[in-house]
Amino acid sequence: MNDTAPTIAPEARPHLPRGVRLVHNEAQGGWVLLAPERVFKADAVAAEVVKRCTGEATFAAIVDDLAKTYSAPRERILADVTALLRGLADKRLLEL
Amino acid sequence: MAMAGNDAALRTPLGLLAELTHRCPLGCPYCSNPLALDPRQSELDTQTWARVFNEAAGLGVLQVHLSGGEPGARRDLVAITAAAHAAGLYSNLITSAVGITAATLRQLADSGLDHVQISIQDSEAASADRIAGYEGAFARKRALAAEVVSLKIPLTVNAVMHRANIDRLEDMVALALALGASRVEIAHAQYYGWALKNRAALMPTAAQVRRATAAVEELRARHHGEIVIDAVVPDYHARLPKPCVGGWGRRSLNVTPGGKVLPCHAAESIPGLEFWSVREHSLADIWANSPAFNAFRGTAWMQEPCRSCARRDIDFGGCRCQAFALTGDARATDPVCHLAPNHHEVAALASVQEDAPYAYRRM
Repeated sequence: MNDTAPTIAPEARPHLPRGVRLVHNEAQGGWVLLAPERVFKADAVAAEVVKRCTGEATFAAIVDDLAKTYSAPRERILADVTALLRGLADKRLLEL
Repeated sequence: MAMAGNDAALRTPLGLLAELTHRCPLGCPYCSNPLALDPRQSELDTQTWARVFNEAAGLGVLQVHLSGGEPGARRDLVAITAAAHAAGLYSNLITSAVGITAATLRQLADSGLDHVQISIQDSEAASADRIAGYEGAFARKRALAAEVVSLKIPLTVNAVMHRANIDRLEDMVALALALGASRVEIAHAQYYGWALKNRAALMPTAAQVRRATAAVEELRARHHGEIVIDAVVPDYHARLPKPCVGGWGRRSLNVTPGGKVLPCHAAESIPGLEFWSVREHSLADIWANSPAFNAFRGTAWMQEPCRSCARRDIDFGGCRCQAFALTGDARATDPVCHLAPNHHEVAALASVQEDAPYAYRRM
């Protein structure tokens, strides 16, 4: 990881702000993140990540949990989840 | 893992624009409402809106935009918002802020309102009130924006840009930040309805547009992660047409105050289209079968140069209403496109600036 890669503090407790909701919608073919005048289709894995962003679990705990759930190397999960959540935060769809 | 934007896989409609009323205390000369406004006595009642929201949710619609006119002019706005929430829809209030009190806003928040969009006419009070045609509007907007933020409802500032305010674009984004907005729309006036009537009075110069476009890029970089800045190139100064409403009959529906269902808010400007009403048909029936929705769906209706164009599934030939307004043929290529045979006429119109008094929007 180089200096410009985004990072998220292990003790952060990511959560969706008011006005952002993850919903499952059959007609739209799966999980969607509803936000102010925007709709983002989430694949199953992204939905699993966002579902864990309740404001209770720490970022470190979420990564641990996902690594266990998907039996994947923690480093890899950390990089992927950091990129996803940082991207959402930059769009004001997530609070860290 | 991925988060895709509004991608092509989503075929059922995503959004419903509910024009609850055409009544509005403001007189903005760029209003997108039609010149012939629906009178109060023709407005749908609370129960009908509730039914429409349930039918929309059943159809797969995710978001409802409660708009107008000024939705605050409806005395049953809280009940309407509660009905949208009960239907499971994400609700967005699009307001001038004039006519929504702090007490009403709290009731709306308690009824499940998800998001508020407030229009701001300028960063300077005197100019803002002059554009809105309503003294004191600017102060009331600031006050309601503060209430929205204090209730932790996400706030979007909608800044309609035109010749009188485009040079203060940076100040308007600074104002949006100061108000606590998480999103700002740099919405260049689009020339339909009242804006078409006021086109020469609103049209920015090419130099203003170039400067504004560069300013948006600079502001996006400076405020990355702080505020989302959504902006599109102003139509008449563009080279490629906008994929209007994401494609005709593809993503959204618009219900007028009187109950007519339109593919876009300006669709009634195209003569000969047959619109169906929620008073006589279900929303699912209208979406699938109404002649107006099927008139320009897909690409089969296209003429050249659209028909064989590589971008035909990207911008759908541009805007049908604009094609009609500028060429008299709703099936023509949107003349904003550089490939349109009469593209040069758009450039000519974009160079017409007249400081005539505004024709304010009035009922």
